[in-house]
Amino acid sequence: MSEQDAAQEAAEWVGAFLTRRREQIAQRWADATLFRTVFTLSRDESVEACKTVIDALATVATSGRLDDITAPAFGTVRDQLGRMAASRAWTGSSSAQIADEVADLREPVTSVLREEVTDQSDAAAQDSLLALTVLMGTLRLVIMETTLMAGEELIERQRQQLMEVATPVISLWENIVAVPLIGTLDSARSQVVMESLLDAIVAQRARYAILDITGVPTVDSLVAQHLMKTVAAARLMGAECIVSGIRPAIAQTIVQLGIDLSSVITRATLADALAYALGQQGVEFSSGPATGAGTR
Amino acid sequence: MADSLRTGGTSLPIGSDADLAWVRQEVRQAAAELGFSLVQQTKLVTAASELARNTLVHGGGGELEITRLDRGSSLGLRLCFTDNGPGISDIELAMTDGYTTGGGLGLGLSGAKRLVPDFDLVTEPGAGTTITVTAWVYTVPSARLEAP
Repeated sequence: MSEQDAAQEAAEWVGAFLTRRREQIAQRWADATLFRTVFTLSRDESVEACKTVIDALATVATSGRLDDITAPAFGTVRDQLGRMAASRAWTGSSSAQIADEVADLREPVTSVLREEVTDQSDAAAQDSLLALTVLMGTLRLVIMETTLMAGEELIERQRQQLMEVATPVISLWENIVAVPLIGTLDSARSQVVMESLLDAIVAQRARYAILDITGVPTVDSLVAQHLMKTVAAARLMGAECIVSGIRPAIAQTIVQLGIDLSSVITRATLADALAYALGQQGVEFSSGPATGAGTR
Repeated sequence: MADSLRTGGTSLPIGSDADLAWVRQEVRQAAAELGFSLVQQTKLVTAASELARNTLVHGGGGELEITRLDRGSSLGLRLCFTDNGPGISDIELAMTDGYTTGGGLGLGLSGAKRLVPDFDLVTEPGAGTTITVTAWVYTVPSARLEAP
């Protein structure tokens, strides 16, 4: 019998073993940290979850693809494993801790296997134990990979959300819209800002658009260029742009950098910008105390 | 700088736009910890942003080394941007306001130089570029509050 045949036979044996001792392994796994802490509702729920994983492992073993993390049988439990890992991560476990908890699942299975095998020195028994160890290692990899992918998806989703959330266009007054810019203004963000601002200018028939940069920590030449392009585009649509929220430190930095913002109307605060826009439309405010009707 | 004592340095990779945000944050934090005033912090962070973008766009990526300096009487910060890109063939032209090869405003290099007190550029065509900027915390004497 060739080595390959022996490995295949061992894999199949492990598959059959997992199916045969499914109940027993599930009972032991249900008490392991990974399952016990995730399925807190009832022990039965935990046992059921264990069985699903064991079934998947048995199918993988029978197909002989012990070290293949892309084995189709893993697909059926990938979701469940991902949720379990996410739930552990949610309660503050690090990836290393989760990996350890998955590794802790190996001992219960191998001890069940040892109970079955009377002659430990038998070559076939050794092969089976090795096959099982490889399979459990693959399970660990699958869980870690699922965790990482979930993390990446989450980051990407949050990035998208941030992009949209951070650029609301606010209608301040008739014909006046404002965009409070917050955070880093990179090329992608400023593109979103420009688009939503231009849309709002059309939709609200705005004549004045205020770009408030109070929440932008750093204004370098690229950010300034983005601002100027946005102002130029708004101007083409017939709206006048006012850049507000220029703090003293930013003002000094812009001057030393050599950025020429003289073509842009700027104000220190959003209130000043609004007052300017209102004044341009002929709306006047008195700065004195409010006067009631009839007083002179 | 023989009189300055290096007190720990950190190295940051510059390989993507996200790294630039990271660079700005780290420089701002380091500058704040050393006691730089808000204006100094802002200037230093802006200069770092310009230079890191140059490293990324023109140098094809590289790294930034942040070193905290201590020469007894005052604390300082040294930022060293290194890339292995094509280098700068005409430094004088590259340092001219408004000259750009990247579609920007052409103020990155010249502007950054104006923002920091000490600016050192070493480059060789084909051998990459290293730009080192150093800034020291200076404290403006606070206004006297005593009664006349």
